[in-house]
Amino acid sequence: MNPPQMADILRVLPELAWCGFGVILMLLQPFVKFRQAITFIAMIGAALGTLLTFFRIPGPGFSGLIQSDVYSLFFHWLVGLVAFLVILASDSYLERENLDAAEFYALILFATAGMGVLASAQELLTAFIGLEMSSISSYILAGYRRDSIKSTEAAVKYFLLGSFATAFFLYGIALVYGVSGSTNLQDLATANPSSMLLRLGLTLILVGLCFKVAAAPFQIWTPDVYEGAPTPVTALFAAGPKAATFALLLRIFTTIDAATSYWFWAFWILAAFTMFAGNLGAIVQTNVKRMLAYSSIAHAGYTLVAFAAVTSMKSGPDGGAAAAYAAILFYLLGYALVKVGAFTILSDLGGRGERYLTLDDFAGLGTRQPFAAAALSLFLLSLLGLPITAGFFGKFYVFKAAINSNLIWLAVIMAINSIIGAYYYLRVIVVMYMREHKGTVPADAPASLSLTSAMVVAVTTLATLYLGLFPNHVLGIVLSQNLMLSAR
Amino acid sequence: MQFTGHFLSLLIFLPAVGALALLLLKGEDHLFIRQLTFAISLGEFIFSLFLLRAVPTGQPGYQLEEFARWINVPPINYHVGIDGISLFLVILTTFLTPICVLASWHGVHHRIKEFHVMLLLLEVGVVGVFVSLDLFLFFLFWEIMLIPMAFLIGIWGHDRRIYAAVKFVLYTMGGSILMLVGIVWLYNLTGTFDLPAIQQALQQGAFTLSAGQEMLLFLSFFVAFAIKVPLFPLHTWLPDAHVEAPTAGSVILAGVLLKMGTYGMIRFCLPLFPEASHRAAPYVAVLAIIGIIYGALVALVQPNLKKLVAYSSVSHLGFVVLGIFAFENISMQGAVYQMLAHGISTGALFLLVGMLYDRRHTFEISEYGGLATPMPKFAAFFLFIVLSSLGLPMLNGFVGEYLILLGTFLAHWTWSAWAATGVILSACYLLWSYQRVFFGEVTHQKNRELRDVDTRERWILVTMSVIILWMGINSPFFTRRIDASSQSVLQQMNRSAEHEAAIPTGAPQPQPAAPAPQYSVRRAVSQ
Repeated sequence: MNPPQMADILRVLPELAWCGFGVILMLLQPFVKFRQAITFIAMIGAALGTLLTFFRIPGPGFSGLIQSDVYSLFFHWLVGLVAFLVILASDSYLERENLDAAEFYALILFATAGMGVLASAQELLTAFIGLEMSSISSYILAGYRRDSIKSTEAAVKYFLLGSFATAFFLYGIALVYGVSGSTNLQDLATANPSSMLLRLGLTLILVGLCFKVAAAPFQIWTPDVYEGAPTPVTALFAAGPKAATFALLLRIFTTIDAATSYWFWAFWILAAFTMFAGNLGAIVQTNVKRMLAYSSIAHAGYTLVAFAAVTSMKSGPDGGAAAAYAAILFYLLGYALVKVGAFTILSDLGGRGERYLTLDDFAGLGTRQPFAAAALSLFLLSLLGLPITAGFFGKFYVFKAAINSNLIWLAVIMAINSIIGAYYYLRVIVVMYMREHKGTVPADAPASLSLTSAMVVAVTTLATLYLGLFPNHVLGIVLSQNLMLSAR
Repeated sequence: MQFTGHFLSLLIFLPAVGALALLLLKGEDHLFIRQLTFAISLGEFIFSLFLLRAVPTGQPGYQLEEFARWINVPPINYHVGIDGISLFLVILTTFLTPICVLASWHGVHHRIKEFHVMLLLLEVGVVGVFVSLDLFLFFLFWEIMLIPMAFLIGIWGHDRRIYAAVKFVLYTMGGSILMLVGIVWLYNLTGTFDLPAIQQALQQGAFTLSAGQEMLLFLSFFVAFAIKVPLFPLHTWLPDAHVEAPTAGSVILAGVLLKMGTYGMIRFCLPLFPEASHRAAPYVAVLAIIGIIYGALVALVQPNLKKLVAYSSVSHLGFVVLGIFAFENISMQGAVYQMLAHGISTGALFLLVGMLYDRRHTFEISEYGGLATPMPKFAAFFLFIVLSSLGLPMLNGFVGEYLILLGTFLAHWTWSAWAATGVILSACYLLWSYQRVFFGEVTHQKNRELRDVDTRERWILVTMSVIILWMGINSPFFTRRIDASSQSVLQQMNRSAEHEAAIPTGAPQPQPAAPAPQYSVRRAVSQ
C-alpha cells in the first residue's frame, strides 16, 4: 500500500472536518457556557465539512479504499445538509429538555463523518468502519434522554439488534474475502458470480444493511427506536444513516457483477414486504411520531423498488439503469429533507418530555399554529407524493424506473401502498384542520415554533417546493455521466 | 403549431395570484374578502369569454397553444391548448366560481379567507386540467385540485364532512395513482408525454400496442375517469361528498369536477386507445345504463333532497358516458353539450337546495311541504330548473339528452331504448319531490314564515335561468363549436383503429366485427 498522498487527504477532508469539530466541541464543553455558542460552532463544523467537498479530486483514494466521485459528493452534501439542519433544530429541544449540547452535537458530527465514509467507501472493511462510526454514535444519541425510559429502551434495543446486524455484515465480509481473497469492490467486480459462498456472503451483507435501512423483515426495531429517541435524533436517523446506507448498498450491488445478476428477486420481495409492513403498521398508530417512523419504513420500501429496477437490468449502467440510480438519489434527497422538516415540527410541538404527540393533541392546530400546520401538511403531502412537492417527483421517478424495467406488478403494489399511505397521512391533516381540540389546550403545550426550528422548517419547506417545481438542477447532478466511477 | 401569447397561462394562474393576494391580506374584513374574490372570479370569467373569439368555429385542433420546456429528463413540457371540447368546460368553470362566491355570501361563517382561497385554488386546478396537453401536466393539475376540494368538504361541510372528504380523496387518489402508472407506461412506449405527439405517432403507426397492453392502458386511464364521473359501481363516494359539502362545494363538484372524468374519456381514452375503447364499449355502456336507471331509482326513494340531486347526477352522467361510448358524432356532441347543461342545471339545483338549507338547516323532504305558499318566487325558480333538469324541450337538458339518445340509437338502438327509461324516471323523481316540497298544505309551522328569495339570490337564480333558456334555444351556438373537435376525436379513433386492423384507409368495408369503417356512412346519414 502506498503512503497517503495529498490528494488522498483531500478526498477525506469532509470527514476530517466533521470529526475534528466533534473533538473541538467536546474539548470546549467545560469552558463554554452558552448553548447558542456551542450550537453555532457545531453548525460551522457541519457546514465546513460539506463545503470542503469542493477540494475533492475525483478518483480512488488510499489505494482504492475510498472512491471520490459525483455519487459520493452527492451523499456528502446530503448528510452534511441533514446534520446542519438537525443541529439547528436541536437547539431549542436541548434547551427544553435541559440536555448537554456539546456531546450531543459531537455525536451528530461523528455519525455524519461515518455516513460520509459509507458514501465513498469502495472497500468493505472501510465501509464497516463507516457503518460502526455512524451506528455507535446513533446508539448513544438514541438514549440521550437519560431520564426517559422510552429513550433508554430505544438505545438498548437499537444497540443489541444493531450489533447483531453488524455481525451479519462482518461475517458476510469474511465469507466474501474467503472466496475471492479481497474486500475491494473493484476486485470483487470480476469474482466468479456462481460461487455459492460468495452469494452467501453477499446475502449476509444484504441482511446487515437491510437492518440499517429498516427493510422488512428486519424493521422491527424501527418504531420503538424512532419513537424513543429524542425527536431531532429521529430526524437524523430517518434522513442521514438511511441515505448513507442506501448509498453503500447501491454501490455494492452495482459494482459487483455477482451481486447485480442474482439479486433482482431479493429486492423485489424486500420492497414489497417493506412497503406493506410500513404502511399497514402506520395505519393503526395514534402517535404521530410513531406513525412517521412506520412511514419511514414504507419509504425504504419505495426506495427498494428502484433497487429492484436497478438489479433487474441485465447490463451495466445503460440509459435505463442510470435513470434508476437517479431515481434513488433524487428520492433519498427529497425524502431526507421532508423527514427533517416534519420531525423538526414534531420536536417543537411535543413540548417538554415529548408529551403532546398524539393525534388528539394535533386537533385544531390549523387555527392555533397556522404556520406549523401548513408546513407539516406540505411535508405529509410530499410523503404522500402529491404534485409540486419533492416527494411527487421522487415517487414518479421510482415509478418510472420500475416500469422501465418492466416491473409492472411491483409498480402496482407501490401504487396500492401509496393509497394506503394516503389514508394515514391525510388523517393527520384532517385532524389538524377539520377537528377542534377536545377540552382546553394544556398550558405547557408550546404555542409556536421556536425561531431556530422555524428556520429549519422554512428551509425544508422551500427545498421541498423547489424540488417539486424545478427538479432540473438536482436531476442534472444525479443523471451526470460517471456518476459512480466504480460502476462498470 | 402556433403560439399565441400567454393567454391560457394567464387564465390558469390568475386565480392563483388572487388566492395569494387573499392569503397575504391582513385583517379580517369579511365583506372585503368576499368582494375581492367575487371581483377576481368575475374578471376571470369575463376574461375567459375571449376564448370564444380565439377558438374558430368548425376548425379542429388545438388553439392558443403554449409550449415551454419544464423538466429535461424525462422531457416534460408545459404544453397547454384548447379546442371545442374544452372551450365550454373552461367557461363553465369560470362561470360557476363567481356564482359560488355569491352563493356562500351568508352560508359560510368561519374561516372566510381560507374558504375563498380554496375556491380560487380549485379553479386553478380545474382550468389546468381542461387545458393541459401534456399527460404529466394533466396529472399534476388533476391531483392538485383534490386538496382544495377535500378542504372545502372537510372544513366547511356538514356533520359527516370528514368521512366524506376522506372518502372523496381516497377514491380519487386510488384511481389517479393507477393512471400515473398508465401514463408512465405510455411514456416508456412512446418516449413522450405530449398528447398531440402521441396522437400523431399513433396515427402514423409509429408504434403499436398489443391488444392486451392497450386494454390495460385503457383501463388504467378509464378507471380513474370512471371514479370521477362517477360510473356505477364506483359512484359511492359521490352522495356522501355532495350531501356533506357546502353549497359552493356541491356546485363545483357537480358542475365541473364530475366533467373532468367524462372529459378525460373523450380526450385520452378514445383517441389514445381506440381498439380497446371499441372492445370495452359494450361493457361501459351496460354500466352507464345501469347507472342511469339505478341512479334514478335511488333518487326516487330518497328522503334527503340533496342526496336526491346527487343521485340524479349519477343518472345524468350515465347519459354522458353512454353518448361518448356510442362513438357517433351526434351523441358525442350531445355528451359534451350535456356536460355543460348538467353543470348549469344541477349546479342550480344545488344552489336552490342550499338556499333551502340556509333557511331551515335540513335536507329532509319530510321537513318541507307546501313551500309554494310562503315562497312563491322561489317555487317558480325551482320549477323552472327542475324542468330543465328533467329535459323539457326549449330548455338545456333536453338538447343534450336528445342528441345522446339520437346518436346512440343510430349505433345501438337497444342501448338507447334502455337509457330512455332514465328520462321518464327523472321526470318521476324530480316532479314527485317537487310536489312533496312545494305543493299541498304547509305541514310544519316553521315553514310558514320562510322568507322568499332576496336580491342576491334572485340575481343568482335569474342568471342561471337565463342561461338555461338561452342554452336550450340557441343550442347550435354550442354544437357548432363542439362539432369539429368531436368529429376529429372520432376520426382519430377510426384512423388508428383502421391502422391496427390493417384496413386500407378510406375504404369502407362491411365488416360486422370491426364497426369502425361504418362511421363515415353513419355520419353522412345523420347530417
